[in-house]
Amino acid sequence: MVDVMMEKAPEKVMWAEKMVYERPAALSDIPTHYCPGCTHGLIHKLIGEVIDELGIRQRTISVSPVGCAVFMYDYFDVDGAEAAHGRAPAMATGIKRVQPDNIVFTYQGDGDMASIGMAEIIWAATRGENITVFFVNNAIYGMTGGQMAPTSLPGQVTGSSPNGRDVEMTGMPIRMAELLAGLPGASYVVRRSVHNIQTIKQAKKAIRTAFQVQMAGAGFALVELLSSCPTNWKMTAADSLTWIKENMVPYYPLGDYKVADVVKTLNNRGK
Amino acid sequence: MAKELLKGNVAIAEAAVRAGLQAYFGYPITPQTELLEHMSARMPELGRTFLQAESEVAAINMVYGAASTGVRVMTSSSGPGISLMQEGLSYIAGSEVPAVIVDIMRGGPGLGNIQPAQSDYNQITKSAGHGDFRPIVLAPGTVQEAIDHTVLAFDLADKYRTLVFVAGDGMIGQIMEPAELPPMRQPAQTRPAWALTGADNRPKNVVSSLYLGAEKLEALNKRLQAKLQQIKENEVRFEAINTADADIVIVAFGTAGRIAKTAVTEARRQGLRVGLFRPVTLFPFPSSQLEKLAARTKAMLVVEMNAGQMVDDVKLAVNGKTPVQFYGRTGGAVALPDEILDQIILLDKRYPAKKATPNGQGVVISVA
Repeated sequence: MVDVMMEKAPEKVMWAEKMVYERPAALSDIPTHYCPGCTHGLIHKLIGEVIDELGIRQRTISVSPVGCAVFMYDYFDVDGAEAAHGRAPAMATGIKRVQPDNIVFTYQGDGDMASIGMAEIIWAATRGENITVFFVNNAIYGMTGGQMAPTSLPGQVTGSSPNGRDVEMTGMPIRMAELLAGLPGASYVVRRSVHNIQTIKQAKKAIRTAFQVQMAGAGFALVELLSSCPTNWKMTAADSLTWIKENMVPYYPLGDYKVADVVKTLNNRGK
Repeated sequence: MAKELLKGNVAIAEAAVRAGLQAYFGYPITPQTELLEHMSARMPELGRTFLQAESEVAAINMVYGAASTGVRVMTSSSGPGISLMQEGLSYIAGSEVPAVIVDIMRGGPGLGNIQPAQSDYNQITKSAGHGDFRPIVLAPGTVQEAIDHTVLAFDLADKYRTLVFVAGDGMIGQIMEPAELPPMRQPAQTRPAWALTGADNRPKNVVSSLYLGAEKLEALNKRLQAKLQQIKENEVRFEAINTADADIVIVAFGTAGRIAKTAVTEARRQGLRVGLFRPVTLFPFPSSQLEKLAARTKAMLVVEMNAGQMVDDVKLAVNGKTPVQFYGRTGGAVALPDEILDQIILLDKRYPAKKATPNGQGVVISVA
């Protein structure tokens, strides 16, 4: 396909020189350590693009989790802190409370947030902390090599549920967006996915809104993103995207779980 | 400023406010709760940050976050809460951000009780979290000293980019006595170069305790150890009372030191040559000063409100140069001066006198 286009190119020099894609300035020019096919990198890119578009790079502070995204502070060209496992919302609270003019976001996986960090996220949401949270749900502990996560699906085979997740023993997976949406302090809680072009576009829009909520001082905003882990799911990158669609989306329906009036006003203003 | 009647916990809180504290995060626990209560009123009044966290785990991580921005920040707690904070303490140490922690110690282990104790000595001087680090630990014996130590704690934390503990006990926290507060210092308007404030026209800053390569992590540890060495050389503080001619030296800190002072006065009145050596910094521990004293004392008596923790450091310091005896009360029980005096008399009978040698150790305060 490229060859065909190249044949036509000499007649349209302008076309050949037009910049159609650039690395966002909010992302550092270094390779990530993420596995091939993993969607962490894609989500980083979406966040980086939104930071650029909103013009907030120079006042943004990221809070990295413990988990696969632990080196996030390397990948974003913004000030960054590396939190203890699950404590990113508490650390972000400490930063935002003394630096209210900065834009503070956390980026947490399912083990980090929904298991060990449950208290911290519940209370950050309850207080309506004016922070932005990205919850990357790939239904597995990636960094430690594929153990059962609080969001692993019933029957899902993992390193610590070799016969499939037994919900009689472990309980059912936790739906974080639904849980947090029930808290009065949360202003914006939505679930998106990144398994195809359409969902990626919707995800980026939600990421943008989640930052805008903070910029307006409108309170706690969280975007849950269904993400892939081909390595630990033991499947190809393409199959893992299909797996999100066919297995995760039915249990974790995409949608807006809490859009407070203050956020609706924001959206209208933007239109 | 004139002296006023102040409760220890309130005095520490107000001293911190006047030292330019920008943010306080904490969780209620007896016997330090008045400290948190004072902050809840004072900090918002001054337009600064107060937040009651959902747990000590969250509180210390909020401290970690605020400390990452280079402001003066603190929390306060007691044993059970300090245990919960150990994770965050380790991250703060590994990230080399300054923070002040007040531990108003109570009886343990477990839930223990709410009576005064010194049972967190090992925890905060040697084992405040995983990995190789040691906070500076200041041990006040009066409300005035608690005030002074609180101000000093912030200066030391900033100077060395380290954790500093003010380690009081329930007695220090709850007692009321006349003391003088320092003048008000406003929080600093500028931030250190390493602080997280947004990468505005400068390269980004990162606050992290993660060093994946062995060499990189070893380099961090070497830096931390070099810093500790510097602290050991420059920050040792102690009080020595009547140690110049003492046959027996009592070693005690905080409230135990205060009670021992009364026992020393009584012993002197009875004609016994007894002195008091009171470590003011529990880390760095005044080891060499004790070692010098040991050469001319016939015995040392370590008195603590625990089952014997600092006594190990005293033994390491004197390294067999003099016998070291221990007397402690636990569970919130506090030794009376008479109990200590009994121990002094026993020791005096048991050990023959060494030859007295001149000395110039410490602050020599004569007993009236």
